[in-house]
Amino acid sequence: MSVRTLPLVFINLGGEMLYILDQRLQALNTSEDNSEKGVWSENDRRRVMNDIVGAMFSKDFMDELLKPQQLYSHRTLKTVLTRLAHASIMRLNQASMDKLYELMVMAFKYQVFLCPRPKDLLLITYNHIDTIRGFVRHTPVVVNQVDETHRKIIEVYSSLPEGEFQLLRQTLLIFFQDMHVRVSLFLKNKVQNPNGRFALSASGPVPHGIDVPGLIRMFDRKGREVSRSEFPTGGSYTSPIREGCFELHGDRVIRLGMTMYTGNNPEETHTSKASSVKKDDAPNLLAKEELNLLARLMGSMKAENTPETETGFRINLFTTDQEEEYAGASEGAAQSLFRVINIQAMQDEQAATQLARIAGQFAEGDKLPEDLSSSKGDDLLAMMDDL
Amino acid sequence: MYHKEKSIQIKNSASALYNNLGVLRIAPRRLTYFTVVHANVVNMVSASWDGLNYSHRQLQSKEPNVATSTSLITQAAFCALPSRDLLVVTSQKGIQMYESDGSIMVYWHALDTPETATAQAVFARGISAVCESYICVGLSTGAILVFDVPSKGSNITLSDVMEGHKESITDMASECCGGEVCIADLVSADDGGNLCVWQSGEEFKLLNHIPGFDISCSSVKLWKGTVVAGYGTGQIRLYEAVTGILHAEVNAHARWIYSLDIAPFSGLLLSAAEDSLVRVWHLTMTPESHSVEIAHLYNECVTDTQICGAKFCDGDGYAFAVTGYDLSEIIRYTQS
Repeated sequence: MSVRTLPLVFINLGGEMLYILDQRLQALNTSEDNSEKGVWSENDRRRVMNDIVGAMFSKDFMDELLKPQQLYSHRTLKTVLTRLAHASIMRLNQASMDKLYELMVMAFKYQVFLCPRPKDLLLITYNHIDTIRGFVRHTPVVVNQVDETHRKIIEVYSSLPEGEFQLLRQTLLIFFQDMHVRVSLFLKNKVQNPNGRFALSASGPVPHGIDVPGLIRMFDRKGREVSRSEFPTGGSYTSPIREGCFELHGDRVIRLGMTMYTGNNPEETHTSKASSVKKDDAPNLLAKEELNLLARLMGSMKAENTPETETGFRINLFTTDQEEEYAGASEGAAQSLFRVINIQAMQDEQAATQLARIAGQFAEGDKLPEDLSSSKGDDLLAMMDDL
Repeated sequence: MYHKEKSIQIKNSASALYNNLGVLRIAPRRLTYFTVVHANVVNMVSASWDGLNYSHRQLQSKEPNVATSTSLITQAAFCALPSRDLLVVTSQKGIQMYESDGSIMVYWHALDTPETATAQAVFARGISAVCESYICVGLSTGAILVFDVPSKGSNITLSDVMEGHKESITDMASECCGGEVCIADLVSADDGGNLCVWQSGEEFKLLNHIPGFDISCSSVKLWKGTVVAGYGTGQIRLYEAVTGILHAEVNAHARWIYSLDIAPFSGLLLSAAEDSLVRVWHLTMTPESHSVEIAHLYNECVTDTQICGAKFCDGDGYAFAVTGYDLSEIIRYTQS
């Protein structure tokens, strides 16, 4: 419904992705990992962060996102986020990316669900941006990109009325519907119940601008208050805390959107699916609109990073025993637990231009010969599956 | 005052949309229909009063062509007119009208979609039957479409377009006064909290405009000439429809109100919000002071649930039903 979701979706989901990557990359330094290159240096970590943040906050990419458009499927989102992750020298395989996506989405779903007022979606976004700025603080060029994007977001969203934010929030909630993946960190912090649903409290401060419930006021025909009475609310609400800052820098006050991952405890990101799980949608061809968007977004990103070594840095994102089993069952006891997906820059550029050309053909007119449209569509899907 | 009954399981979970529960009581067949919206699908359940028979049906939003992605539904509501009952479904692409059991689609109205994408979302939302033979539907532009409905058949026509709002319509409500003369019979609400009060006829007449405070009015009801409005601030306000005089203001909920309903014979009012609470109130008319009073009766907490729909199942308010975001059931309560 809302046509302004994409920028907020990518900044927040991208932010969650970076929080997890940051935690994992820190962990790799100290634990006994089995990535080929051995210990990661501080420079390696910064380079990964800079590359991904640079891709995500690039002007071209953000300009594409800021165009008014619908929020499409998880498949499209995951494709673009994978590509963003591969803007760095890091390589993630399909299983890792699926797992990462689940974590990212559940974290953002939690934040959107508990968002006190619809407008506070911006504060959640700014919390992510603030932390991202911290990750790249040693590289002024990238910090500039982040600041520019932040200014653009402020410009576009600050003046939206609350009703439009609620529409945005409702659109996001529909997108996250039926996802109840249990995340061990959320369960531990009691923000999520064992059935996968988030905990909602009937106590605490009311959001800014809302009055504490409990009061009934009656007026006469001239507008004078004639009576005041109270009713039992069944909760214990308190006055609102101060409002967060919506400027480039400032105290956001609400903590949603700040990282929840502490230390290097890999147990935190252990996930398990609840009994009813939303299957990945769109088993058939994606709609033309969605293909167009995908082509534009892929086209607006820089060509993928070609690692100097032949395989790039494989990292084990999720390293508990159970997760290794889940991800690498077919590999046997080999040293590398994950298959490496080797995507070379040349192939990718070709894919991006071809996608754009095909999308262009679709846009020119609906009168496409039957056989041509279906085979191109299949090629397109095949290309995306290879990513 | 109320106790929980057995829930009705539905095929999909409810989406976070205002007023996301439709109820139609079919007394002659001892059945009640319920509708709950999930993304681009309306889940319909027909429940027999003896609790033994449940039958399910799903209605999809209509796509004008294959090239576009799915059209999200914003609302599904029953329109009870003297001659017939219809089920109206509003979405991003248009307005669908079905026979009340969902068996046949009798009418489709496509929304005008702009050539190039604008920053404004396009959708229809806000549905109300207006006596004797009208169905009114709101749009994201603030316009309200008036459809003339014949007593049977599919010859439904668009008869009027009312411009009273500048912001997206959120909800609409009407009351049928039967034989008595009714001054105001339709109220419409928008995202800015503005309310418009109308008198129906061949040409609808705008009787009054009650300004808002830049806070969405997400749900509105009309009862005995009183507008009952629920807002994003969690407040409920009671206004005299024709004059706009404020009778009462209640700090009812700690979060955005998503649904209001009134049981017309008893004056019971139901309010439900994202704060997981359903509250039951009592409205009384006081003829001496020409005003309406509101008293609180009961609370029900639906744990960890942001409620998106709540409706009485009968005109006395003996029972009510509730839906919540991500919940795949319709929870029911009956008076003890």
